[in-house]
Amino acid sequence: MFLSIATTHRPATDLGFLLHKHPNRLHEIELTFGKAWVFYPEATDERCEAALVLDVDPVGLVRGKGQGDGLLDHYVNDRPYAASSFLSVAFNKAFRTAMAGTCVARQDLADSALPLEAVVTPLPMRGGEPLVRQLFEPLGWHVEIEPLGEAPKLYARLVLRGEARLSALLTHLYVLIPVLDDTKHYWVGEDEIDKLLKRGEGWLDRHPAKDLIVRRYLRHRGLLARAALERLAPQMQDEAAEPETQAAPEETLEAPIRLHDARLEMVVATLRAIGPKRIVDLGCGEGKLLQLLLRESWARELIGLDPSARVLERAARRLKLNQPGGPPEGRLTLLHGSLTYRDDRWTGADAAALVEVIEHLDPDRLPLVERVVFGAARPKTVVVTTPNADYNVLFPTLAAGAFRHPDHRFEWTRTEFAAWADRIGATYNYQASMSGIGHEDATHGAPSQMAVFTR
Amino acid sequence: MRKSDQYIEIPDFALVVLIGSTGSGKSTFAAKHFRPTEVISSDRCRGLVSDDETDQSVTGDAFDLVREIAGKRLKNRKLTVIDATNVRAADRKSWIELARRWHALPVAIVIDPGIDICIERNQLRPDRPFGGEIVRRMVSEIRRGQRGLEGEGFRQVWKLTSAEDVDAVTLTRVPLWTDKRTDHGPFDIIGDVHGCADELQEMLTKLGYEIIWSNADGTRNVAVSHPQGRKAVFVGDLVDRGPNSPDVLRIAMSMQADGTGHVVQGNHDRKLERWLAGRKVTIAHGLQQTIDQLQAESEEFRKGLPKFLSSLRSHVWLDQGRLAVAHAGLKAEMIGRGSGAVREFALFGETTGEIDEFGLPVRADWAANYRGDTTVVYGHTPLLKADWVNNTICIDTGCVFGGKLTALRWPEKELVEVAADKVWSEPLRPLAAPRSDTSAQAEADQLLDIKDVSGRRWIDTELRGRIVVAEENASAALEVMSRFALAPHWLAYLPPTMSPSETSEAEGWLERPEEAFAHFRERNVTEVICEEKHMGSRAVIALCRSAAVAQMRFGIAGDESGAIWTRTGRSFFSDIATTEGLLARLRDAVGTTRLWDELGSDWLLFDAEIMPWSAKANSLIENQYAPVATSSAAGLAAAIDALIRAGARTNEIAALRERFAERARRAGLYGKAWAPYVWPVSGIEDLKVAPFHLLASEGRVWFDQDHVWHMSLADRLAEAANGVVTRTAWHQVALADDAACADAIRWWEDLTAKGGEGMVVKPRDFVSRGPKGLIQPALKVRGREYLRIIYGPEYDAPDNLMRLRQRGLGGKRALALREFALGHEALKRFVAREPLRRVHECVFAVLALESEPIDPRL
Repeated sequence: MFLSIATTHRPATDLGFLLHKHPNRLHEIELTFGKAWVFYPEATDERCEAALVLDVDPVGLVRGKGQGDGLLDHYVNDRPYAASSFLSVAFNKAFRTAMAGTCVARQDLADSALPLEAVVTPLPMRGGEPLVRQLFEPLGWHVEIEPLGEAPKLYARLVLRGEARLSALLTHLYVLIPVLDDTKHYWVGEDEIDKLLKRGEGWLDRHPAKDLIVRRYLRHRGLLARAALERLAPQMQDEAAEPETQAAPEETLEAPIRLHDARLEMVVATLRAIGPKRIVDLGCGEGKLLQLLLRESWARELIGLDPSARVLERAARRLKLNQPGGPPEGRLTLLHGSLTYRDDRWTGADAAALVEVIEHLDPDRLPLVERVVFGAARPKTVVVTTPNADYNVLFPTLAAGAFRHPDHRFEWTRTEFAAWADRIGATYNYQASMSGIGHEDATHGAPSQMAVFTR
Repeated sequence: MRKSDQYIEIPDFALVVLIGSTGSGKSTFAAKHFRPTEVISSDRCRGLVSDDETDQSVTGDAFDLVREIAGKRLKNRKLTVIDATNVRAADRKSWIELARRWHALPVAIVIDPGIDICIERNQLRPDRPFGGEIVRRMVSEIRRGQRGLEGEGFRQVWKLTSAEDVDAVTLTRVPLWTDKRTDHGPFDIIGDVHGCADELQEMLTKLGYEIIWSNADGTRNVAVSHPQGRKAVFVGDLVDRGPNSPDVLRIAMSMQADGTGHVVQGNHDRKLERWLAGRKVTIAHGLQQTIDQLQAESEEFRKGLPKFLSSLRSHVWLDQGRLAVAHAGLKAEMIGRGSGAVREFALFGETTGEIDEFGLPVRADWAANYRGDTTVVYGHTPLLKADWVNNTICIDTGCVFGGKLTALRWPEKELVEVAADKVWSEPLRPLAAPRSDTSAQAEADQLLDIKDVSGRRWIDTELRGRIVVAEENASAALEVMSRFALAPHWLAYLPPTMSPSETSEAEGWLERPEEAFAHFRERNVTEVICEEKHMGSRAVIALCRSAAVAQMRFGIAGDESGAIWTRTGRSFFSDIATTEGLLARLRDAVGTTRLWDELGSDWLLFDAEIMPWSAKANSLIENQYAPVATSSAAGLAAAIDALIRAGARTNEIAALRERFAERARRAGLYGKAWAPYVWPVSGIEDLKVAPFHLLASEGRVWFDQDHVWHMSLADRLAEAANGVVTRTAWHQVALADDAACADAIRWWEDLTAKGGEGMVVKPRDFVSRGPKGLIQPALKVRGREYLRIIYGPEYDAPDNLMRLRQRGLGGKRALALREFALGHEALKRFVAREPLRRVHECVFAVLALESEPIDPRL
């Protein structure tokens, strides 16, 4: 990775004083993850340019980390090459005094705005060109972006131009390069908040993209991000509590109509009218339905089942399972399991909910799930919801024939869903009643649909 | 109650409850007659939970612990002794319940040497500061209650009423009456006879028995024997409905008496027993016929019946525990045990509580849930055809209803049938046909149980013994298997991981063929096969001759004619059309080579590589490899440009420029490394398949053929030349022949220099064993440029290479062997038509093991 800083201040070679690096020498900087060198490709009175090149040790990076960092870290990746927190760490070490805005010999220079130009390459652009501009332009930089490689354009050569103190340029880069990289840092620790606040002093609290910067900078450290924002701007705390996540495409699509909330409320209302004591949420995901059901006193015992252990952990956190303030012992159980296997652990539930689950199963596995739920476990009540494919034409951004979510294996029209419900009813001896969820369109029906099976 | 001064005889599986006051000598008695591990003492448990064996305040906890330990022992079918005072009926109630829960016989032994002795003994023990009053109260309570012990549920009650008796008594253990594990047969298990004496005799004759009738003193007698010493086992329901129950009884009674047969009790036999005993029974379901037939028999014969009928057991456990026979079946946890529940289950099976349209109870499908290792043979429910389900088989084929009489030969597992002479009795409901035209097993296989795959699992494999799958690994595989993999019915196999050869020390190389050859040479392999390693994606191909075959053999519901899946069980192609298109071409190739007939199979399972790599790995290339190429090239180019502009101001700059130029050169090679493996795919014509193993076909796992056979077969398919099957270059190399080895190395060098991925070296035999057991079935030797893709642009810089050589292969190799053995086991079970769960557990285990943290670059 490569960083250069140039100035046309006269005499330009003053840059050497500011950076505390003599223009005629090659400076070598030892780092835990490799080596960096600083040298001057150009050093005249008119223009002076300092370059920092970084040689990350690709073998040491993997071997040193060993296990526990996830297998992908063992696999070949762009970490040794793409500008990232490694680069920030390297130039922080190389230009420490300049970063701090001090210059023993020429403090006036350090304190004054100079005409500066910085080049960073290859800069990862997670968030694309617009985000690069969104981050640097409010800070007064003229931004030039030259995308690299073939599509998809993941990297760019970034050129920043403007008049500023050198320390401002360096601290901006120090914070914003990792933000654009948006990958796990190898060095985020407890003191990162202090570092961030220190580096961000005087500009971060006024930056329009402040939230995003803080969250991404303290990536994978949700608690840290929250604490940092609290100190930065106490009123922001609540919004920052949820780590930044890529909203699922389905949610984005359906967001304007708040469909998922409507869906969950309707399922809860349906169950409330029937009053089952023991309810199993099959495919509970992160536990949104369970969270609503926990508030209902008639729902004595709740079980959540999901095939993803990772998602269940999140559900356990959301629902405060086995935590102070969480549900009393025995009220809620989370089970790692799958609908394609018969499972005694939840057999005997009075009601089962399959909310937006069946469309995530391959059609050839569906008969298996039917046998497990309606044939083997046979709860008195089964509530099934699934998108109404008829309604898809009303989503302006959804291509014709496309599904609402990339993991959907099918989406049914009202007729198809009704036919399925009829067949289930006949095969397994259940009565089915059908209804729509969400605002009903005269032609295409409601956005989502529900079948309530009882026996 | 038995007052015993000589001997006590108890079942070898029982819950023995000692009853006696403090100081009565229970612990001494227990120590004398039982192993220390068999005795659970309440005092000991008090100590375990409180550090004080006399602390009465922890009694509740101590007894919870006693119950817990006792329960675990009984679950494992271990005799267990409760050493506590057990004075009151209320104290003893929970032991009765525990015994029932695990189907163990509860046995009470009352130890009552006299009040004075107890008091005297307590006085000698400093930790028992009890006054005589407590002992007196205890003893009197025991004496008051002991008459009711049998009423409480104890199946045996023994009483020792003096110190001498306690000392002198001997205790012996006898097997349960149902436990005939030492009887190895061989057996012929005969289904419900229901008075069909002629068909029974025809069956016995067909099975090779000699039947001799005699008539002495006006009584009709019969003797049945088998020249090879085989024994008959009757599943019960000898009587009712049929024309000649008395003769059937004669045969069964005589065989049981002679030791040439076992008879278990059927519900009809029990009802007859109760009727004979004068109990009030509803005369229905053919009992009247039996009663009428018995009227014609002699007094003598009738008198003998109650003894015989009451001697019949709920089930019989035979042949080292491999076989159990019960009238209506038996759950795994009931075999070789005794309780009211066992008897009820054995007689009537399990019902759902519902009544069907014929007014008969709806039977619960216990066999579909059966997971035991013991084969269970049973009758009771007339079926059209006997069929295996999960290691159980019902052999009642409704002889009396005009069906047939069925026998199962054991251990041969052959079915022998005799057609009914006529419809002797109209069935209340038609004989149950299988619900579809697939087998009963396929029907039961429709549902797998979470217990079949979750938790810590042990799988016994033929190739490598017992393989353990850790709970966390199984857990990791669940999501992939249930959400992304193909239906389990297809997945008869997942391929094992493959280790690279030992690391080369040659300068500039990480892997070379020399190490692979040496590896096998050291393990006494004389000949290896070197196969070109195609750079594509691994695929397992199930190819059926038609969709009908796929439905029949794989039990799938859809109309696919086969399936192609990846190493993790996912469908190789996202659309069915591509899969079916490719299968159609392969079907052509197999048809042209006449393999269907040659192998006598309508389906084949291949291990193959499908090219191009980009067909499957495009997202990997886009998200993983291409970014490395782009970012490394850009950063290094900028650095070199800056270094050039810096000029040669110092020597150091020049040296640094050299260094970066070398890095840029390697980065440039990286960008080109995968080009040979990438080509656009617009249709099936652009795909290439290279099969290299024929894994299995009907009735056969082909691991017994060597790789020359497999590769010759692959060559034939490639020659069938419809373009889709590509030839895999391969060489046979004798490891003692240096010239041959050198040739093979040159071939590998050429191959990899031209951009080939590398080669796979396999011992000629598919399954090879060396002095230390199973040998790696294959080692890969990858080319220099291919390794660049995996290890990164600069992996071969001298100081990087030096460090990369420190790679450990042990974990990868152990994994490869375990997965190989599991894959073989899965195929073996699939070919033997074992229940799906037995195949699935092996395949699931391979997937689970893949979640082991192993360096993915190996």
